[in-house]
Amino acid sequence: MTDTATEIDRSKMQVSDEVAIQINNMNKWYGTFHVLRDINLTVNRGERIVIAGPSGSGKSTMIRCINRLEEHQQGDIIVDGTELTSDLKNIDKIRSEVGMCFQHFNLFPHLTILENCTLAPIWVRKTPKKEAEETAMHFLEKVKIPDQANKYPGQLSGGQQQRVAIARSLCMKPRIMLFDEPTSALDPEMIKEVLDTMIELAEEGMTMLCVTHEMGFARQVANRVIFMDQGQIVEQNEPEEFFNNPQSERTKLFLSQILGH
Amino acid sequence: MSDLSYVRTEMLEQKAPPASSVGLVGWLRANLFSSVGNSILTVVTLFFLLSLLASMMPWIFLGIWNADSLSHCREIFAERYGDSTEYACWAVVRDRWDQIIFGYSFGNLNEGLYWRPLVGLALIILALLPILYPNVPRVLYVATAASLFLYPWLIWGGSIWGPLTIALCIIAGVFIYRFASRFMIMAFAMPVAIVGTALLIYFAMAPVAGALGSAVPIELQSVPSREISGFVLSITIGIVAIVASLPIAVLLALGRQSDLFIVNKLSTGFIEIIRGVPLITLIFVATVLMKYFLPSSVDLDPVLAVMVLVTLFTAAYIAEVIRGGLAALPKGQYEAADALGLTYWQAQRLIILPQALKISIPGIVSNFISVFKDTTLVSIVALNDPLGISDSIRSDSDWNGIVWELYGFIAIVFWLFCFSMSRYSLWLERQLQTGHR
Repeated sequence: MTDTATEIDRSKMQVSDEVAIQINNMNKWYGTFHVLRDINLTVNRGERIVIAGPSGSGKSTMIRCINRLEEHQQGDIIVDGTELTSDLKNIDKIRSEVGMCFQHFNLFPHLTILENCTLAPIWVRKTPKKEAEETAMHFLEKVKIPDQANKYPGQLSGGQQQRVAIARSLCMKPRIMLFDEPTSALDPEMIKEVLDTMIELAEEGMTMLCVTHEMGFARQVANRVIFMDQGQIVEQNEPEEFFNNPQSERTKLFLSQILGH
Repeated sequence: MSDLSYVRTEMLEQKAPPASSVGLVGWLRANLFSSVGNSILTVVTLFFLLSLLASMMPWIFLGIWNADSLSHCREIFAERYGDSTEYACWAVVRDRWDQIIFGYSFGNLNEGLYWRPLVGLALIILALLPILYPNVPRVLYVATAASLFLYPWLIWGGSIWGPLTIALCIIAGVFIYRFASRFMIMAFAMPVAIVGTALLIYFAMAPVAGALGSAVPIELQSVPSREISGFVLSITIGIVAIVASLPIAVLLALGRQSDLFIVNKLSTGFIEIIRGVPLITLIFVATVLMKYFLPSSVDLDPVLAVMVLVTLFTAAYIAEVIRGGLAALPKGQYEAADALGLTYWQAQRLIILPQALKISIPGIVSNFISVFKDTTLVSIVALNDPLGISDSIRSDSDWNGIVWELYGFIAIVFWLFCFSMSRYSLWLERQLQTGHR
């Protein structure tokens, strides 16, 4: 486990009372397989939530439901006051408010880094090209790769690609960021640079939901850790309590396996 | 200290590679004589190649370009070389090349009309330049638009006002669309504009074109469809099929991937039906059998019918090639596009198709090449493609008995076109290379 030693500034990481995401009794099936069972979750603005759990526990599926990459069959998901239904207008509205980073980055390989970052602002937000490029350069500087702007994704290292992916999402000025195992496909050396970028984002007060196995990151940044197993939320708590004093047997077993070596 | 310990004290300098692994010797060793078996294969193959060339070269290069007929050729052979061997009688190419290239109507029926297909070809090349090469000035798209109307006029002749009024009707259609889209969404404005354009063409075209024609008569001698022949015919059908089939193929491929049940089944059905039937059958049905089903007043233009069919046929094949390209894209590309809030068509146009088409380039171009060669199948409905013309040349008493020279000439012309397409596709693939994925 990578333990980031950087001192982090918690002063701006305030959780407000305003609700960002509300999930009520959500259920989802793949065919006849019940993947998500009675999920209830309220996320306030400014929260940094880490979702942990064994593979196949439904944690990725859950956050992918939030921007409708997966469709839920029962229950409600309300993002920023907009309910997620099959209405395309609502889906597009939510998707432009919610940024997402994937395990395999999913940069567009036929476009340069800069074009990757300006594409959605230009076509979805109708931002003038010049302004979109300025915003893109601003965020590329923030993730510390402005000098790669005219290269193609295939020419960058994994860590750089993931930072571009984060910048690409930020260019849409999202109010919520979803991270789906952002460091799982990276070499150990590159994990830190991505985590540092995410920490910086957290310090600025971004609402974040993060599926990850980086427990160091969870301890340091999260204000809540959620443990999922078999499609259900088994336990959630503040990081200190979660790691030092897990309640359920399943959580204890998981923690002993993941932290035991 | 243990024996396992080792520390290098000075770094090694770079040395030259052994002489036997570089240069000509190295190349020969690596590629031709790498083992005993390969050396034997090399020697045997070289022997066969040399003996083949030894018998072909004299036939090709000692052939005769100046003669009136095959028998004249043979007299010259006997007189010049004195042996009873046959040599090539290239005189037939010299005598009839114009017929093969330009067909009857521009070749020898109407002497002096060569300029029409030549200007047409130049126009097409000009029109294709901005599509094929990114660095060409965009102004040339004017030529692209113009060639849609001018090329048919150059080939079929008649009054220029016919094609021009169609162009005007289409421009009017664009304005109808602009106007309509102020009041309704795109899905309704599009059909309104299309119906409007169709009505304009149906009602207004003939009188307007007639009036303009009588006011300012600009006419070319008209050429009936049946008389268009030779490479002019092949190239006309080939270009139409190549240019028109690609967009149809893209729509079919997207349709087959679509979640919309009816769109999906219609695309799949169309592709499977067209691919399940030989092209030659389709051409035959379209031109010969359709006449029995249509009222006798409808004059079915055989060239037009063939163009439509060859286009649909190619589109069905290319659609499957593109479907392969779409399937090869990682699912993450669709998800990233969705997650950024792009709509379906934006995602297809900006993210999915550029990548899928890039992967499909070799398959698409080999379909283009094969459809261009398949245009020779039109001989089944008595259109005279280059091969059809070569048949009638060979039944002329002057050239009766000529085989290789004519077919060789036609093959070389076909090869030039196909080879350029193949080279272009290689070039394009290199251009679109953006590092490993």
